[in-house]
Amino acid sequence: MFWQLFISGAAMGCVYGLIALGFVLVYRATEVVNFAQGEFMMLGAFVAFSFTSYAHTPFWLTVVLTLGIMGVFGMLLDRVVMRFLSGEPVFSLIIFTIGLSLFMRSIAGMIWSTDTYAVRSPIGDGVVRFGSLAVAHSDLLVMAMTGILVLLLYLFFRFTDLGIAMKATSQNHFAAYLMGINVERIFSVVWALSAMVAAVAGMLLAPILFLHKDMGFIGLKAFPAAVLGGFGSIPGAVVGGLIIGISENLAGGFLPLWVKDIFAYLVLLAVLIVRPEGLFGIQERKKV
Amino acid sequence: MALLEIVNMSKRFGGLHALTDVSLAVERGQVHALIGPNGAGKTTLFNCISGLYRPDQGTIRFRGKDITRTPAHRIPKMGIARTFQNLELFRNATVLDNIMLGRYLHKTNGIFSELLFLPGVRRQEVAARGKVEAIIDFLDLQSYRDQVIAHLPFGIQKCVELARALALDPEVMLLDEPAAGLNPEEARDLCFWIEDIREAFNITIILVEHDMGVVNEVSKQVTVLDFGTVIAEGSPDEVQSHPAVIRAYLGEEDGTAPSP
Amino acid sequence: MKFKLKRTYEEDLKIFQYGSELARAGVGVLFLTVLPLFAGNYWIYNLTLAGIYSIAALGLNLLAGFTGLISLGHAAFFAVGAYTVGYMTSTLHISFWLALPAAGAAAAVVGFIVGLPALRLTGIYLAIATLCFAFIIEQVILEFPEITGGVNGLILQRPSLGSWQLNSDASYYFLVLLMVMLFVWLTKNITRTPFGRALVALRDSEVAARTTGVFPAKVKSQVFALSAFYTGIAGGLFAPLVNFVSLDNFTIMLSINLIAMIIVGGLGSIQGSIYGAVFISLLTEFIRMGKDILPAFISQQVGFQGAVYGLVIMLFILFEPSGIYGRYRKIKYFCEVFPLYRKDTFRRERKFQKAQRTR
Repeated sequence: MFWQLFISGAAMGCVYGLIALGFVLVYRATEVVNFAQGEFMMLGAFVAFSFTSYAHTPFWLTVVLTLGIMGVFGMLLDRVVMRFLSGEPVFSLIIFTIGLSLFMRSIAGMIWSTDTYAVRSPIGDGVVRFGSLAVAHSDLLVMAMTGILVLLLYLFFRFTDLGIAMKATSQNHFAAYLMGINVERIFSVVWALSAMVAAVAGMLLAPILFLHKDMGFIGLKAFPAAVLGGFGSIPGAVVGGLIIGISENLAGGFLPLWVKDIFAYLVLLAVLIVRPEGLFGIQERKKV
Repeated sequence: MALLEIVNMSKRFGGLHALTDVSLAVERGQVHALIGPNGAGKTTLFNCISGLYRPDQGTIRFRGKDITRTPAHRIPKMGIARTFQNLELFRNATVLDNIMLGRYLHKTNGIFSELLFLPGVRRQEVAARGKVEAIIDFLDLQSYRDQVIAHLPFGIQKCVELARALALDPEVMLLDEPAAGLNPEEARDLCFWIEDIREAFNITIILVEHDMGVVNEVSKQVTVLDFGTVIAEGSPDEVQSHPAVIRAYLGEEDGTAPSP
Repeated sequence: MKFKLKRTYEEDLKIFQYGSELARAGVGVLFLTVLPLFAGNYWIYNLTLAGIYSIAALGLNLLAGFTGLISLGHAAFFAVGAYTVGYMTSTLHISFWLALPAAGAAAAVVGFIVGLPALRLTGIYLAIATLCFAFIIEQVILEFPEITGGVNGLILQRPSLGSWQLNSDASYYFLVLLMVMLFVWLTKNITRTPFGRALVALRDSEVAARTTGVFPAKVKSQVFALSAFYTGIAGGLFAPLVNFVSLDNFTIMLSINLIAMIIVGGLGSIQGSIYGAVFISLLTEFIRMGKDILPAFISQQVGFQGAVYGLVIMLFILFEPSGIYGRYRKIKYFCEVFPLYRKDTFRRERKFQKAQRTR
């Protein structure tokens, strides 16, 4: 029972982690708190869904097209809007992205209506059995994809020029400019990357949880995951997501139902009280 | 007995030994300068006195009382004020508000009286304002009174920080590089002000400074730090001709090995 | 340019520095007082609602605008205030006039508790932590149906003054108008006291504030409690207005609306809180009215209201981040120095450094 809950919680945690990952990527580079990250995920899921159900494209093509479209979307968002908001106080950015999330939800409602859609996972509904444990194929896919994505991102940041440039920009925009890094282009890439990660999360989540214009609300669980991980690192975001997903599921199995809904938040508050900068966050103090 | 005593203080930041076994004694009514190359640990020393850092070892005694573990917000109440190397002003507030904050710890009314702006609160506000205006007159800040800090030139901002420290009615003022960024005229004005402050308000001043002109002009006693240890102590003239000090600032002559 | 020769420090402490300011405020209050005579009940009701939200917005601005502490969970304090009044008047049959201050006090206690972890958290961490608190309080409200009516909520009557019950929209409107003026006065008082200065100090440089004798933990918990007090009173006024309390009113959308109000109105300004509250409250009404005017294929869309609302918020932040009050100040300055206004007076310089400042 425990392990069953653990595994399915881990799968859910990976989805939280993926959303949190996109969130952290943008935040580290541009200092923008993107409360619309959940809606990015929703948009990615709907775009993929539209391709498969209306254009009947094969699965691999759908994935490529969706990632491409979401990448362009992220880039356009940065060029047209976000770039004018650099340097604004945190509060303004938060409310801006909240407004954006509201806008995106409403537009999605207009395009795809407020119906809930059930989506079949590309690898079917099968289940793998490990002794008494039953793990759904879609859960396995989620965890595998998350692992692959984290690995790819790690390699990207460690070994590619663009990745190193992004890390440099995260630390000091001005110095990056002086080093000849095209900071504006880096920002666009970061937003595009974040949107694509969200799209992956969306495509993985849709079969598990249904497709609906409000599915972005799950982002509200992902933000605590990002904070739990401490905004310090990408693995941190995923670890945060896993902790939230697993503990939430375990709580649901052993504690009264109403606690399950808020368990994630209680865990987060507990961690923040002990470590105000999150698990992997760096404690920043001003040097005077 | 010295007014402010530091005994065997050490402070580490991980592997970085910012201060090692530093001892210092400041006599009442003096201007005591603290000099040394960059990174010597002078600001770290100030931060320990202010309660912003907690030293790993050693004690700080003020008027005989141990203040090593006193939290930062209680230090001003004991009578120690400070200014910052890179200016820590309240940038979105006016000059007047900044200096008025120096009178914060002298308030006696609680939040309920303040909400209702009872006569007691009004009286204290007016009294505080009177004191602050006296300081503004002393430092010639009248024309800047209602301007927001962010729009003011650097020299004036430094002046405001000095004024805020004065408004605390301290016994000791820690000035961290007050002459940094000032042109020679302003630096000379600063020397006059330091002298005036010492005489008029009977305040003991500890000064971190790189400008040797200012140091020679105002200080009676100088302590030299290098790499976190005290390498010399004495009057400005004694210290400036001390071989260890010359070595620390200018390095060795070619061909001579450094001696311990 | 206006000049006022002041001879004593007391004169500098006055709320209305110029006679014209006092006159303008007086005219404004007079206008609002006689409004019920010719405006319909619909508008009076909505203005009352706007007034209630402006008290909550004032509270949030104290916390976020003055002190720089972000709270995404203010709806929780609003709910505590509303439920306290609901429970005390309808279940315990205690007079509204006792229940209202109790609502404020209850919210203040909750605010103090929420503020405790906030003492060590900053920026986005604080924002998310307050959000979590809001969700938790929401859940707790559901779990005590004996007090809160659970999912069904509570039904209330309008309060009475002696034998006169404030049933009409106009009578409740006056009550709220008086409360708004009271809270504006209280907040104005704060700005001219050491406490108010300490708040701004904490926002600008907590380190320097500590070295001037401000104890951050104490001041932060006080302002949290105070901000919650304002919002609790607002919630307590809200409950009898709509005669009904239920969790639907206190979702995260309310927290978002409150933040939108102070950002659109102007962070850190008293007038801004009021303008923002009125603007956002009436915005939903205007969008609804716009639905009737616009061609059917746009307005009949299901997400129309949400889309317009989101768009308005985004446009405001893009083009006027200092809010309505900011724009008002700019226009006023333009008129004052006309025709010598320099075109780029308010141009913001390009910022490279990280927006977030550490303490």
